[in-house]
Amino acid sequence: MKAPTLAMFTRAPEMETVPDIEAAALRSDRFRLEREGDWKRLDHILTRLEKGQLRKLSDEEVVELPALYRMAASSLAVARETSLDASTLGYLESLVQRAWFQVYGPRIGLFAWLRKFFTGGLSRAMQAIWLDICVALAVSVAGAITGWLLVARDSEWFYALVPVQMAGPRVPGASREVLLDSLKVEESAQGLSAFAAQLFTNNAGVSILAFALGFAFGIPSLLLLVYNMALLGAMLWVYSSQGLTGEFVAWLSVHGTTELFAIALAGAAGMHIGRKMAFPGQKSILAAAAESGQRAAQVMIGVVLMLIFAAVLEAFPRQLAGTEARAIIGGFMLLFWLAYFFAYGRRNEGRAA
Amino acid sequence: MSGRALPSQLRERRAKRTRTMVTPEGVALPLTIASRGTRASALILDLIFLLVGTVLASWLLFSTALGSVADKELNGIPGSIEFLFVVWSIFWFVAWNGYFMFFEMGPRGATPGKRICGIRVASRDGGRLTPEAVVARNLLRDIELFLPLIMLISAPFGSEGAAGWAGTLWFMVFLLFPFFNKDRMRAGDLIAGTWVLDAPKPKLAETLSTAGTVATGTSDVTGVKYKFGADELSIYGEYELQTLERVLRDGRTQAIEAVAETVCRKIGWNPGSGDERAFLEAFYSQLRARLENDMRFGKRKADKFS
Repeated sequence: MKAPTLAMFTRAPEMETVPDIEAAALRSDRFRLEREGDWKRLDHILTRLEKGQLRKLSDEEVVELPALYRMAASSLAVARETSLDASTLGYLESLVQRAWFQVYGPRIGLFAWLRKFFTGGLSRAMQAIWLDICVALAVSVAGAITGWLLVARDSEWFYALVPVQMAGPRVPGASREVLLDSLKVEESAQGLSAFAAQLFTNNAGVSILAFALGFAFGIPSLLLLVYNMALLGAMLWVYSSQGLTGEFVAWLSVHGTTELFAIALAGAAGMHIGRKMAFPGQKSILAAAAESGQRAAQVMIGVVLMLIFAAVLEAFPRQLAGTEARAIIGGFMLLFWLAYFFAYGRRNEGRAA
Repeated sequence: MSGRALPSQLRERRAKRTRTMVTPEGVALPLTIASRGTRASALILDLIFLLVGTVLASWLLFSTALGSVADKELNGIPGSIEFLFVVWSIFWFVAWNGYFMFFEMGPRGATPGKRICGIRVASRDGGRLTPEAVVARNLLRDIELFLPLIMLISAPFGSEGAAGWAGTLWFMVFLLFPFFNKDRMRAGDLIAGTWVLDAPKPKLAETLSTAGTVATGTSDVTGVKYKFGADELSIYGEYELQTLERVLRDGRTQAIEAVAETVCRKIGWNPGSGDERAFLEAFYSQLRARLENDMRFGKRKADKFS
């Protein structure tokens, strides 16, 4: 029996043993074997970074990363001129590329980005597309007026504009009681949150469409705005013909100031892309499209958030509050959005530029 | 020449997909644009994951809902069902719109499907991939894919109306978009300033010249030392060397025998049998030593035709 020694329990070697450097017949393989350890260390760090385990890296490894990256990059440059080993070259190329994505992609975390976004990024994006917002608002108003005028001249237009299942009893010639009933205050909140969720997904879909159609030079975005607002104008005429303009506007404004504004913004974002692609100025079309697309995407995040607000407002205060409360809430929301988008964040702009 | 492509043609075909990016260190890094087929398979994988995930979650929610209905007598909609419905609609919206965004914002810049296919999203200008770009490219996915698909499923065809055809046309425009630009961008890539690149993760293979005949030039089987003359080594170039490297690394006997025979004929040796691997390893190391030596003096030989 062998006497027990400490050496009986040994750790498995952490890395497979590197072949003797002197044994390599080719100079380029010797070059590789001398540096292989560093490449593998870099590979190891990168793998963990890519898995999102930044916290598991030790301080030394974080400090080492840029140095190892530069070393790998210079190894690649040398290997390109001295080595014909395709597998080593391929490995180094992908290693340097991966390292480059990590070293020069100093990405901020999602939460840090969100904080920057809400404390000025969103507002600046809105301010940058002010011209498109103005056009979209003008088009919306024009659409509403058109809808009104069309139905006022010939009430048959109402049926052409408003889908039957949406109109329900709210058609031209409906009595004042029927119309007033459709604006009435609900007794309890039952069923309303489900209603809100559905409203939100529906509206978000419409606004994403309005944005994405901007790709076709913005024309479809505008058409979508005109159509939706014409529908609203037609509705407005029906109510005002029974002297219910005030009630209807209050009923609508609770969420409408938020929702219609959001949809107009989505249209403006789409149009911004279309306009920049049609008139790219000094930039190439692709660069202009990319820049405006990213700006518009920020606006769209804002739009989706506004629609969440709108859905909640539409389901609860609109159905539960009286006329004055509705008007006050609607007006307040409008002021809030205007202040947030156009008054806030200007100071930061100067600093960033 | 028969249908086989020349090495230079192969290189050209590959070069069409290769872009060069110069790092701040001055090293030119080749980037390869992902092929359209790879991207399509990545997308199909992602859609399968999403569909299975969302349908499973819906099924779980609905079985919960049915359980709560069975307990209580009905009084309008019970609050629990209403709550579940809210959760369900929001979940559906977030899953289908957020899946791509969440994964592409991660450090790997790729959804699970893309990761499996070995591709990633990157910024076209060489900068970092910003969250705005990811949002923009994925919002466009709605009109490129989801909307026309819904339209196709619900719209009538033929005598009933033209909506189906309109949907098909729309779908085709975006589907064919990557075929009409050299960077294979889809509409979302164009808007967001991104492209999709191959992101291979090769393992570092063993060095060939540290073991066996490559190191010594002597066969382990027969003990013969293979030595090639300068004129014999001057026939092949880098392309053939790297093909030979691949054959040696794969180590398939049939391929090795066939290649050994071809090489023998080419350099005017009499092909023997039984010691092909040692012969090829010796040839490889001496050819590589020669070509690398020439390289140091600035002489390069791309392939046997040059």
